[in-house]
Amino acid sequence: MEQNNTIEPICKEAFLPQVIQFKMEKWRLAQLCAVRVEGGYELSYSFAKDYQLRTLRVTLTDEEKVPSITQMYPCAFLQENEMAELFGVQVENIEGDYHGKLYRIARETPFKEKG
Amino acid sequence: MAKRSIVPFGPQHPVLPEPVHLDLVLEDEVVVDAVPSIGFVHRGLEKLVETKDFKEYVYIVERVCGICSFGHGLGYCQCLEQIMNVQVPPRAAYLRTIWMEMSRVHSHLLWLGLLADAMGFESLFMESWRLREKILDMFDATTGGRIIFSVNCIGGVLKDMDNGMLMRLSEVTQEIEQDLRPIADTFLWESTVRSRLHGLGILKKEDAILAGAVGPMLRASGVAYDARKLGYAAYNDLEFEPITSEEGDSYARCEVRIKEIFQSLSLIRQAISKIPNGPIQEPVKGNPNGEHFMRIEQPRGEAIYYVKASGGRFIDRFRLRTPTTSNIPPMVQMLKGCQLADVPLLVLTIDPCISCTER
Repeated sequence: MEQNNTIEPICKEAFLPQVIQFKMEKWRLAQLCAVRVEGGYELSYSFAKDYQLRTLRVTLTDEEKVPSITQMYPCAFLQENEMAELFGVQVENIEGDYHGKLYRIARETPFKEKG
Repeated sequence: MAKRSIVPFGPQHPVLPEPVHLDLVLEDEVVVDAVPSIGFVHRGLEKLVETKDFKEYVYIVERVCGICSFGHGLGYCQCLEQIMNVQVPPRAAYLRTIWMEMSRVHSHLLWLGLLADAMGFESLFMESWRLREKILDMFDATTGGRIIFSVNCIGGVLKDMDNGMLMRLSEVTQEIEQDLRPIADTFLWESTVRSRLHGLGILKKEDAILAGAVGPMLRASGVAYDARKLGYAAYNDLEFEPITSEEGDSYARCEVRIKEIFQSLSLIRQAISKIPNGPIQEPVKGNPNGEHFMRIEQPRGEAIYYVKASGGRFIDRFRLRTPTTSNIPPMVQMLKGCQLADVPLLVLTIDPCISCTER
C-alpha cells in the first residue's frame, strides 16, 4: 500500500534541530497528533515532501513541556492549541496561543482521561 | 499610518454555511492581519472511538461531515485494513474508487455553486447545483442514500453495482460532462467572474508548502501533489496526473477544481471499464493491534487518518487531520493585503469545511 511512511522515535533534545532541518529542506507540516499514554503523552509530528511522510514521535511525562514549532512552522498553531486544550499537553511559546479558548467546550482537557 | 480598526467576520455570515470567525485588522479597507477562531460546534467525535466497537465506528466517522462522508469512511477503513493486514478484494477497491470520485464531483459542484452565489451570479449557482443533483441521484440509485450512504466496511464495501447500473452511471457521467462545459466556460471566461477572481489571494508555491496547504489550494500554487498517486483503492490502475496551475490566485483554485471534475468523470469511466468480477468483502477476524497514518485525497485536499489500537474491541486513539485544518493558516496568509470586500470570496476559495474541522 503506502511506501515511505515512517514513524521515528526521537528524544526531546533532538526534536527541534530535526524540525529545523525539515524546514530547511522544505518539508511540509502534515499533521500533529497527541495520544494519551500511561503517565504522559505520545506526540506525533508528521512532515511530508513529495509522497514521503515522516513522523517524529516524542514521548513526554505529564509534567514535561514540549517546545512549540510555530517559530519554524507558523501553520502549526491550530494543532498545537488543540493538543493543549483537548489533552492538556504543555506546549511552550506557541505563536498564536489561544490560552484555552480555541474550542468552546464545557470540560477542560476532555481527551486527557480515557473513556 | 492609516488608522487601524478591527472588524469581526462571522461566525454567522451569508457566505458561510458553517460557523467560523475572523477578527480582521484593517488599515482603511485593507486587511493587514486576520485572527481565526473555530470551535463553535466542536463535537469530540474522535473521543467516541474509545467506547464504540471499531467496526461500528465506521458509522461515526462517516458522520463527521456530509460532503466528505464517503472519504472519511474510506480513510478509516483503509487505516485499519493496513494495521490488520487485510487485502481488500479488487472489485471492492474499484467500487470505492468510483464512489470516491463521485464524491469529488459532488463536492466540487457544490463549491462552484457556493462561489457563484457569493458573487451574486444566481443562475450560475442554480446551474451548478442542478448538475450536482444528477450525482446525488446516482448515489441514491447505487447505495440507497444521497449524502451519507454508508457503504464502506473494514475489508471492502457493503454494496455492489450490477452491469446495468455501471452502464447507467457511465452514461450519466457523459451527460454531466456535456452539461458542465458551458458552466465551466462561464466560470473560466465570463468577464465578471474573471474580474472577481484574477489576482485575488495569491499564494506562491513556496508559501503554499510552508503554510501547509493541501489539495486544490496546493495544486493551484504549482505543486503537483495528489494523494491519489499513493495508489490506494484502484488508483494505481487508472491513468491520471495531478492537475496544477502556476498562478496561485483564486482563479487558479477555481480552474483546478473545474478540471478535477472532468478528471473525476474520466476516472469513473476508466474504473467502470476495468472493474473485475469477484467478491466485494474480505472477512475480518480478530481485533486490531498496531498503529498507522493513512493519507487519502479528499475533494478538499489530503486528509490524514491515524489509528492506534492494542488488540481490543475499542481503539486507543483515532485522529483525523482534515484538509480545512491545514488550509486555514494559508488562508490567513492570503487575507493579508486584500480588500475587505474580497474577504468572503477569499475565504470561500479554500472550500472550508467546518463540520470536518469541528469533528
